[in-house]
Amino acid sequence: MLKIGLDIGSTTVKCTVLDENNKLVYKVYERHYSQITEKIAELLRKLRRELPDADNALIAMSGSAGMGVADACGIDFIQEVYATRVAANTFLPNTDVIIELGGEDAKILFLSGGMEVRMNGSCAGGTGAFIDQMATLLNVPIEELDGLAEKHEKIYTIASRCGVFAKTDIQPLLNQGAKKTDIAASIFGAVVNQTIAGLAQGREIKGKIVYLGGPLTFIPQLRKSFDKSLKTEGVCPENSLYYVSMGAALCAEKTADLDEVIKHISVYRGSGNFAFNKPLFKTQAELDEFRERHARAKIKRGDLASYTGRAYIGIDAGSTTVKGVVAAKDGTLLYSEYLPNSGNPVPIVKSFLEHIYEKAPKIRIAGSAVTGYGEEIIKNAFSVDIGVVETIAHLTAAKSFMPDVEFIIDIGGQDIKCFKIRGGAIDNIFLNEACSSGCGSFLQTFANALGYSSEEFSRLGLLAKQPVDLGSRCTVFMNSSVKQAQKDGATIEDISAGLCLSVVKNALYKVIRVANPSELGKRIVVQGGTFLNDAVLRAFEQEMGVNVIRPEISGLMGAYGAALYARDKTSSKSSSSILSKEQLGSFTHEIRSINCGGCSNNCRLTVNTFSDGRKFIAGNRCEKPVTKKSPDESMNIYQYKLRLLQEYTPKPGRLGRIGIPLGLNMFELLPFWHTFLTRLGFEVVASPFSNRKLYLNGQQTIPSDTVCFPAKLIHGHIQWLLDNGFTSIFYPCMSYNFDEHLGDNHYNCPVVAYYPEVISANVREIENVKFFHEFVGIHRPKDFPKKICPELQKLWHDISLSDVKEAAKAAYAEYESYLEKIRLYGKKIIEKARKEKKHILVLAGRPYHADPEINHGIDKLITSFDVAIVSEDVVSVYEKKRSTGVLNQWTYHSRMYAAAEYVSGFKDMDLVQLVSFGCGVDAITTDEVRAILERHNKIYTQIKIDEITNLGAVKIRLRSLLAALDE
Amino acid sequence: MAELVYDKDGRLLFTKEMKKEYTILFPMMASIHFNIIKNIFARFGYKVELLETDGPEIAQVGLKYVHNDTCYPAILTIGQLIHAVQSGKYDVNKIALLLTQTGGGCHASNYIHMLRKALVKAGYDKIPVISLNMSGMEKNPGFKISIPLLRRIAAAGLYGELILSLSNQVRPYEVNKGDTDALIDKWTKRLTIILSEGHGFKRTELAKYLDRIAEDFANIEIKRVPKIKVGVVGEIYVKYAALGNNNLERFLREQDCEINLPGILGFAMFKVDNRMEDYKLYGGSRAKYLVVKKLMDFLTDYETLLINSQEKFGFRPITRYSHTKELVKGVVGYGSKMGEGWLLTGEMLELVECGFENIVCTQPFGCLPNHINGKGMIRKIKEKDERANIVAIDYDPGAPRVNQENRIKLMLAVAKERLDKEKEEFGTV
Repeated sequence: MLKIGLDIGSTTVKCTVLDENNKLVYKVYERHYSQITEKIAELLRKLRRELPDADNALIAMSGSAGMGVADACGIDFIQEVYATRVAANTFLPNTDVIIELGGEDAKILFLSGGMEVRMNGSCAGGTGAFIDQMATLLNVPIEELDGLAEKHEKIYTIASRCGVFAKTDIQPLLNQGAKKTDIAASIFGAVVNQTIAGLAQGREIKGKIVYLGGPLTFIPQLRKSFDKSLKTEGVCPENSLYYVSMGAALCAEKTADLDEVIKHISVYRGSGNFAFNKPLFKTQAELDEFRERHARAKIKRGDLASYTGRAYIGIDAGSTTVKGVVAAKDGTLLYSEYLPNSGNPVPIVKSFLEHIYEKAPKIRIAGSAVTGYGEEIIKNAFSVDIGVVETIAHLTAAKSFMPDVEFIIDIGGQDIKCFKIRGGAIDNIFLNEACSSGCGSFLQTFANALGYSSEEFSRLGLLAKQPVDLGSRCTVFMNSSVKQAQKDGATIEDISAGLCLSVVKNALYKVIRVANPSELGKRIVVQGGTFLNDAVLRAFEQEMGVNVIRPEISGLMGAYGAALYARDKTSSKSSSSILSKEQLGSFTHEIRSINCGGCSNNCRLTVNTFSDGRKFIAGNRCEKPVTKKSPDESMNIYQYKLRLLQEYTPKPGRLGRIGIPLGLNMFELLPFWHTFLTRLGFEVVASPFSNRKLYLNGQQTIPSDTVCFPAKLIHGHIQWLLDNGFTSIFYPCMSYNFDEHLGDNHYNCPVVAYYPEVISANVREIENVKFFHEFVGIHRPKDFPKKICPELQKLWHDISLSDVKEAAKAAYAEYESYLEKIRLYGKKIIEKARKEKKHILVLAGRPYHADPEINHGIDKLITSFDVAIVSEDVVSVYEKKRSTGVLNQWTYHSRMYAAAEYVSGFKDMDLVQLVSFGCGVDAITTDEVRAILERHNKIYTQIKIDEITNLGAVKIRLRSLLAALDE
Repeated sequence: MAELVYDKDGRLLFTKEMKKEYTILFPMMASIHFNIIKNIFARFGYKVELLETDGPEIAQVGLKYVHNDTCYPAILTIGQLIHAVQSGKYDVNKIALLLTQTGGGCHASNYIHMLRKALVKAGYDKIPVISLNMSGMEKNPGFKISIPLLRRIAAAGLYGELILSLSNQVRPYEVNKGDTDALIDKWTKRLTIILSEGHGFKRTELAKYLDRIAEDFANIEIKRVPKIKVGVVGEIYVKYAALGNNNLERFLREQDCEINLPGILGFAMFKVDNRMEDYKLYGGSRAKYLVVKKLMDFLTDYETLLINSQEKFGFRPITRYSHTKELVKGVVGYGSKMGEGWLLTGEMLELVECGFENIVCTQPFGCLPNHINGKGMIRKIKEKDERANIVAIDYDPGAPRVNQENRIKLMLAVAKERLDKEKEEFGTV
């Protein structure tokens, strides 16, 4: 009897038929473009035509999108990983490990030595969808990506956890002129990293390895990348696309009448009970009224060729598009271009300028300004007069449409920028940093995936009857939600409208976190390319309950604002330094990448050389490679902290070497533990400050991929100690931290408190060393020696209580003196800054945020703006416990509340909060710190940090803050 | 109308006057326990209403008023409360909201503050919020957990434990579908009457009624067939609340599994025991230690009562807290106390030991302790006992049910394969 297996994946449908000897007699592989049921019915009809015996065959269904369908038409459903395993056991005996990548899932199956299956959790990084997304970003078909990767010379570090982060890594690389070949290979490297780090979780991948699934079948370079990383050569077997469906066939136990199945599937429209919102427009008349209202936000236009006055050029080199405008002195728009940015903005801007010179050879350019992601390279390449931060550019433009604007929201290709305006100046800025949900590029990718252009797609939703409620979290999750809704019977119109609503909800509730419109004011200007989409605009008005202004040039506002800014900032007599027609004629641009090596950051630099020998270096985190000088560290407490910690060097002792992982709470407690253990007779060595390599070396033992980055880094530190032959490692658990009397309690956060337990349970090699990870209570100085002594004696017999008591005394004293040194230095910085009339920023986070790999050099970036930096612990000591709107129970966090209170008393001080992505505790602290600052009319600035190494967003925030303070 | 009174820190108090006039709303978690408990409050003069609302709007309301990076249980419980406030069903000038507060180092201790912030944001800052806690935080003149009230709550909780445990043991095998649920209803109603008439909470009466319940469940007609046995552990809210775990229990039932949810009694004992462990680990007042120990002895006695009744009528008894604690030794330290702490790890070990080696570990977004004691310990548990077949499931407002169920199905497929193998080896059991 024949056995039919169907595999309904997230993007494709596979169908195979096996005969009684399990020989593959029939196979089909097709994309379904989310028309799942139609496709299945079509395939089955075809199958029947070609295989008359197919009727009454055994049949089973599998695949991530097949669950509901299978139930509905009475076919058995086989879980897809399980199906793969069954197929592998039959067709590929002796396989040890299977790596299978699909459209939206990634799996590793360990077959030998304790069967185990691993699937990606709620993260879609490192899957086919991710590769698709990246190919779209590079503007090349997938096949070409493979060819490109083959010719790579170097690999860049690209965050592998999420497509969103990878994008933020790749975009600057592209803007800075990195080669596509290298980026293509780096993308594959990221996929490999993600699969190994996210799924293997400490289990070694070795033996006979088999690659299955679409991406690994179609992209040889991806397989090579895996081979290289696993130091082995895996095989991609014949029919590698069909293992799930063959597995389903092998598991098939029930026969089915295909007629019946086809009939069921054709009528299967899901249950029709998906959650939905009210329609965007109930009637065509409503839509017409809406369009007419918005058509009124017009701009005065003029003719470039016949204009004779002073002209101003504004360029907005955005992440996915480049916009350029020429404005007249009175703001009349003379000329504009809106072009897709396929990676490198330089040639696009060049042709934009050429067009201007062509159309108006006699133009008098009096000023020029550039904004956006590509600001620096464009400014350098074309000698643009002014670089202006995006927020200021947008505000300038918005004011020309609504002088008393209170709130501006700009949704672009992959970023959301919103800001409140108070008294004509920017008061509060919201940017999406770690998340691009709710941006235009998502809508576009989705439209393309469904076979529409994005304009077509969004038009579909305007008159949808039941816009799907898709929630408001990650775009990747939205993918699955969309699939679910389709299965539940949502139409393409409903989905289109639903996606537009999600974009708006994400912006409002995730980025701005608004509860009701009155908070934002009534005078709202919306802009950015995404708002050109009527459905998004309507969803926004509906959600906010107010009518807003969308300027006719919504997509050009950044560039238009830059032009107006150039006009306002240049004197009327000057002429622009922007390249003339002749200079443009001989313009060349060469790109080279090198490693800086100037410090431990070891930045990958992109050196751009232009026609007249001018150079522009990108990718640097500090000014060193540009100015050849070390940055001024005298006004930077973060650097001072690092210097202080480095003074704790090992001294030989009778008890031998012991290692301390320098991360989380051990960072600030190093002086304490170093002194304590040295006094006891150990030679104490701390692992070095983190770097990328150290992180990667430990990542395969991280059990939870959603824990914060500082915690993940601990694995690297432990691995460093193990690799360096330490046989004793000291990393105690601590529920409580020191009581600094600033809060209701003095806990550590749960991750800090118990991370040693995670190390103990997940780093296999730790079993071979003396690993001290007992619970200790340094918050009770009297009890501490008595309690820790017996625990120490279990591992080191030669320690006495009197030794411990003495060591503890010295440790407490050293810790105090260490903190005192920091406070004194901080005081000096503040005094010096005041003398030099410099602004002072309190960069507030946890002590371990001083680690250069965690803060990615944000401290140095800040000092490059000629601002002094102190940390929260420098000023928190001047405060007493105050009542807060939250339960103030964590030592490190109490300092931040106190620092916020302190800063509020000084005009020349502001606070910037560093927040770890995924830190649930910070959900509480950020709201409270913001509340404290806003109560005192201070601007709250938050920087989210993660594995991500792009400082672009951070720069925008800080420059906007400084610009706002300047006003 | 009751006067609004604030304490020195500006906290709106729940006054004695309000006790008379106001209805107290509180969010649902474990339905069997909570349904019995809510009626006790009525006997003590409170008007309470347990929120049983459902649907995606609740998460949406939560996301609107609570910081989106907060843990998922906060978004849901606060969402459910605000959703109720906004529903128009209640006079907003005559309601108070109640939430539990543990006072530990995880941010569950801050729910109450997040709720207040949310209320301000939504324009309801005149609604008092009551903290239900055992640490003496946030006192209110109109709301006191007195010893008599506490004893009744403890009794109701204990009945809930028994009914939860027995119904899960019987339901999969009942011959007449619906018998078990009918019995749960019957006993919920009976216990409500018994407790509100002032009976059923003294030790002897407890033993009597526990026996009667067990006897009734033992009388349900069953047919034993081999079924996949699945344990559920995790952060306490998503473990029990159908709203939090997308109705996990129902899904597992539909997959024809026998479910085992380690109870709330263990969690209560864990929280009490933590204070003793703190004393042992870090030192402190001996007198306080002895008071806490007394409370621990009291709970242990209740545990014994429960186990006695289960054993008497041939049911699988719950695992003793002390035994679970023993199992954890060498896996994770007793100092790991925030959230569910080491108990979460312990419950997984206990389940594997008693034949429920297939486990769903529910992990809500943003739950920090779970990184340590849930996902963080799975490797070690498997190392200790290779039968362990654990799947960790993430719950958050955006995680689609279909993906969660797909992952659980994978775990079930492996379980089924083993079950089939056992059936082959031993014939039909």
